[in-house]
Amino acid sequence: MNNEVIIDKIFKGSLRAVGLVLLGIPLLLLGVMFFYSLPSIKAFGFRFIVGQTWDPVKGMYGGLPFLVGTLLTSLIALVISFPFSFSTALLLSEYLEGGILANMLKSAIELLAGIPSVIYGFWGLIVLVPLLRKLEMTMGIPPYGVSIFGASIILSIMIIPYASTMSREVMRLVPGDIKEAAYSLGGTHWEVIKRVVIPTSRSGIFAGILLALGRALGETMAVTMIIGNKNQLTFNVFEPGNTMASVIANEFTEASDTLYLSSLIELGLLLFVVTAIINFLGRKIIERYEIKGDDGALLNE
Amino acid sequence: MSDVLIKKRILKDHLAKLIILAISIIVVVPLVLILGYLIINGLASINLDFITNIPKPVGETGGGILNAILGSGIIILTALILFVPLGIGGGIYVSEFSDTLLSRILRLSIDVLQGTPSIVIGIFTWVICVVPMGRFSALSGSLALGVMVLPIVLKSTEETLKLIPMELREAATALGVPYYRVVLKVVVPAGLKGIASGVLLGTTRISGETAPLLFTAFGNPYMSFNILKPMSSLPLVIYVYATSPYDEWHKLAWGASLILILLVFGINMAARIFFSRRDGR
Repeated sequence: MNNEVIIDKIFKGSLRAVGLVLLGIPLLLLGVMFFYSLPSIKAFGFRFIVGQTWDPVKGMYGGLPFLVGTLLTSLIALVISFPFSFSTALLLSEYLEGGILANMLKSAIELLAGIPSVIYGFWGLIVLVPLLRKLEMTMGIPPYGVSIFGASIILSIMIIPYASTMSREVMRLVPGDIKEAAYSLGGTHWEVIKRVVIPTSRSGIFAGILLALGRALGETMAVTMIIGNKNQLTFNVFEPGNTMASVIANEFTEASDTLYLSSLIELGLLLFVVTAIINFLGRKIIERYEIKGDDGALLNE
Repeated sequence: MSDVLIKKRILKDHLAKLIILAISIIVVVPLVLILGYLIINGLASINLDFITNIPKPVGETGGGILNAILGSGIIILTALILFVPLGIGGGIYVSEFSDTLLSRILRLSIDVLQGTPSIVIGIFTWVICVVPMGRFSALSGSLALGVMVLPIVLKSTEETLKLIPMELREAATALGVPYYRVVLKVVVPAGLKGIASGVLLGTTRISGETAPLLFTAFGNPYMSFNILKPMSSLPLVIYVYATSPYDEWHKLAWGASLILILLVFGINMAARIFFSRRDGR
């Protein structure tokens, strides 16, 4: 029996050890990224974020073009995808209770989430880019095809599942009795949705958008393949550009000197910190929902 | 209230429903287009040669992707062998000792890890594995994919074990079974199906990952079974062939894409079957 007590202690101890090791992984990640960013941080400091020139030949590394590229692609993607993720969430939580159409739509959204990023990129390159080129020709602007806008369209398709699923879950949590109360006052289905369902689930929908944004910011392959990989600061979405993730994917294996490599890793560090904060906020909002559940406390916004 | 007003409100109600339905159905269009292109172009380039040969040099027709298929298998399997035990162990810890400080911090840091962009994980493994080894290797690719699969396995283990009825473990404890045996012989076996489906879902997530392999596994045009050397993988060859200017290589990319997607959806479906069985019990 004494033996069992010892084994028990060893068992608990090794579980704790596994926990500590796992805790070490993100800390190690942050640590080594910071350490490798040091040369670039020392050389450029704050100018790294506001610098507009990225020129490995001259040893000048300013990350602003990529910060702008990342923000532009992600925000445009969010704007394009929002009507779709919002409508599918409403349709699946409010209008359709099971049935073939609901199941088909649900599977479609799950399949969209399952397609690997590199395949989105390939499809975009072969199908979407030529279409955009035609569109740009009829608009009378330089027909690059590969552009910030093209990357945004592909991104918007890729993030629909995340925002849609999250909003759907939150809309489902809206308590039935307050909806019934609105119906009993003579509201139509749409009025109930507009006045009760949407206001009640607003912060959850916002959390879904945040999580989708986190995805979009860090998305690499599809964007790299479609954005055109040009290191220039531009706000014209029909021009080629680069994002933080795509410039790392493109130039990392070519980075020959320490400062070049360090600058790329600093971009990665920035990307890591920003996505971590956004994901953290999104999760905090959702946690609030889970704790309060459907006891009506959702209404106290 | 006048009749006209009521009619207007009802009309608005119908209109809203119609618009929501229409916008939702548009979501299916890109899916159908992507899968359509994949199936039509992919089937055209898949044949026996395609899956039993390695790539030929530029300019020669034919060639296959056997090295990439096997490479993907080796890299993913190594990742699972290295990280699934850690994930399950961590999952057991956070569900068994859910109120300790370590558990709370661990949950938070696993959330952070799950949201980390895959390219960042690529840099991380490059630093901790490629730099000390002095060369790209399949092993470093496995480490990158392992770090990505870890949060999925840990969370699904935690969720599954939380659902195991308290009575089950009380019954075992009442019989005088020591704690470690209660966990290993009662709790974990009861949740085994859930854990397995979590592992499968995690596998589908990492099998399409390209970004973390770019500067770890790196790719290799030849057959290689040495995990300490660069190795090819399906997502990597899709990336290389897709971004090349040659039509012949685009054909190979379509074929590789179709095989990859069949793999991803196939494992996904297997995981789903696991899930539904567990729910049905």
